[in-house]
Amino acid sequence: MAAKLMLGMDGAHIKDYPLSKERMTIGRKASNDIVIDNLAISGEHAAIITILHDSFLEDLDSTNGLSVNGVPTKKHFLQNNDVIEIGKHTLKYVNDQMSQTSAADFEKTMVLREPVKTAVSPVEITEPAAGFTQTQIIPNTPVSPAAERTGKLEQASAAVRLAVVQILTGPNAGKELELVKNLTTLGKPGLQVAVLARRPHGFFITHVEGATFPLVNGQPLSEQPRQLNDHDLIDLAGVKMEFYFKS
Amino acid sequence: MKIAEALQIVSRTHPGMVRAHNEDSIGVEAMCGLVVLADGMGGYNAGEVASGIAVSVMATEIAQRLQHANPIDLDAASHEELAVALLRANIQKANTSIFHASQSQPQYAGMGTTIVAGLFYDNRVAVGHVGDSRMYRLRDEKLAAVTRDHSLLQEQIDSGMISVEDARFSKNKNLVTRAVGVDAQVIPEIHVHEVRVGDIYLLCSDGLNDMVTDQDIEAVLYSMQGNLPLAAEQLIQMANDNGGRDNVSVMLVKVLGDFSEPRNWRTKLLDWFKK
Repeated sequence: MAAKLMLGMDGAHIKDYPLSKERMTIGRKASNDIVIDNLAISGEHAAIITILHDSFLEDLDSTNGLSVNGVPTKKHFLQNNDVIEIGKHTLKYVNDQMSQTSAADFEKTMVLREPVKTAVSPVEITEPAAGFTQTQIIPNTPVSPAAERTGKLEQASAAVRLAVVQILTGPNAGKELELVKNLTTLGKPGLQVAVLARRPHGFFITHVEGATFPLVNGQPLSEQPRQLNDHDLIDLAGVKMEFYFKS
Repeated sequence: MKIAEALQIVSRTHPGMVRAHNEDSIGVEAMCGLVVLADGMGGYNAGEVASGIAVSVMATEIAQRLQHANPIDLDAASHEELAVALLRANIQKANTSIFHASQSQPQYAGMGTTIVAGLFYDNRVAVGHVGDSRMYRLRDEKLAAVTRDHSLLQEQIDSGMISVEDARFSKNKNLVTRAVGVDAQVIPEIHVHEVRVGDIYLLCSDGLNDMVTDQDIEAVLYSMQGNLPLAAEQLIQMANDNGGRDNVSVMLVKVLGDFSEPRNWRTKLLDWFKK
């Protein structure tokens, strides 16, 4: 099923509008695709442009404007479950494309032979026939719309607890370094560098360059990354620091 | 400095966490400063075949030609520098080979590939690309994109329809508007950029940049610039940690020294006698 807009007012559902055309207009005049007969709505209030699976909302210089999820906007890239407020009416954008198709399909690079001119139904853009028989491993868990919304890139890192490195000696003694990035650099490139990598299953320290290998609890690192445990002591070229998890 | 000594080149490729096949291909010709990366598409093993043809055509043809020619010479036919002419001609040649294979053998029907290639010469790099495989450059701690994808999403970004930040949420991520081998003709995009000592160039398939943010790529290249093999492995590990839903290939080229072509009459004359 393609994406649709669900028109409602005061919590009551009025009508569904499938986004079947590349450009659909919303307004008070009868010539619009979605007609809302209310004086708060401009003659031609807004337009929705749909290209394949993506839809964009645009304000057509309306008198009263519009907002999405409570934020006034002129232009917006619609995401599943977004609520467009226009006067007293609401239009909920529903696009359950992702739950219908496996995530693997979306990762596959495909060639778009012609520039998109008119609204194309998703069925027309498919792999060449041979593509269907290709061996594919389809993940058991479909990507949930919520995960889609927050962005997959943060998924992995969110699972790890917040960790800190506190410097114990030297001029910066007492300073705390929160490990909020996926990669935290200790030292200076060109001289002596170790990195702390945040991975889905914990934090790892790796020696990158420099003559001296960092010590963890007195033991020098090898070429391999080493997972850090709560309250491990790190010695990087004479500077001592402690790694621990924040509760 | 000879080109082979002026560049440190490290490459890694990995099937990722989901796919059974690796449809990416990579090739290095260190003696002539050439790096090529291709991300194939098509059923069965056709993706591998397409990207494999593209890389081998580029690597062998360009290396062979540059044994007896200088990349700064003017190409007689196109009046461009040979480096540029070679990239263009051989991407087109790869296109023809793949297109013919897909026309003549039904199991290869519809196969194609993206390509990104860098030819380093005379303190410059000629970059040719088709599709959504990318080249980035780290210079003075900052990561910059060298290529611009031939994709629907990039066209939407260019037309102002979608912001770069929102582009990550697009469901139209993997639609390329140009590819090698799907039509009888292809138009490669080719640019020449100046190169500085200390620069690090990254060539990658979309399995990297769809999974790892530019900020993280920048952090890895900056902090691990002293250990390129580790940097390459770290990038692949990050893509796989984030889901690894596609094949991941990375090629890193670090510029260690000056590699300008000798231009005064004496060295030219000597070169001429040596030929």
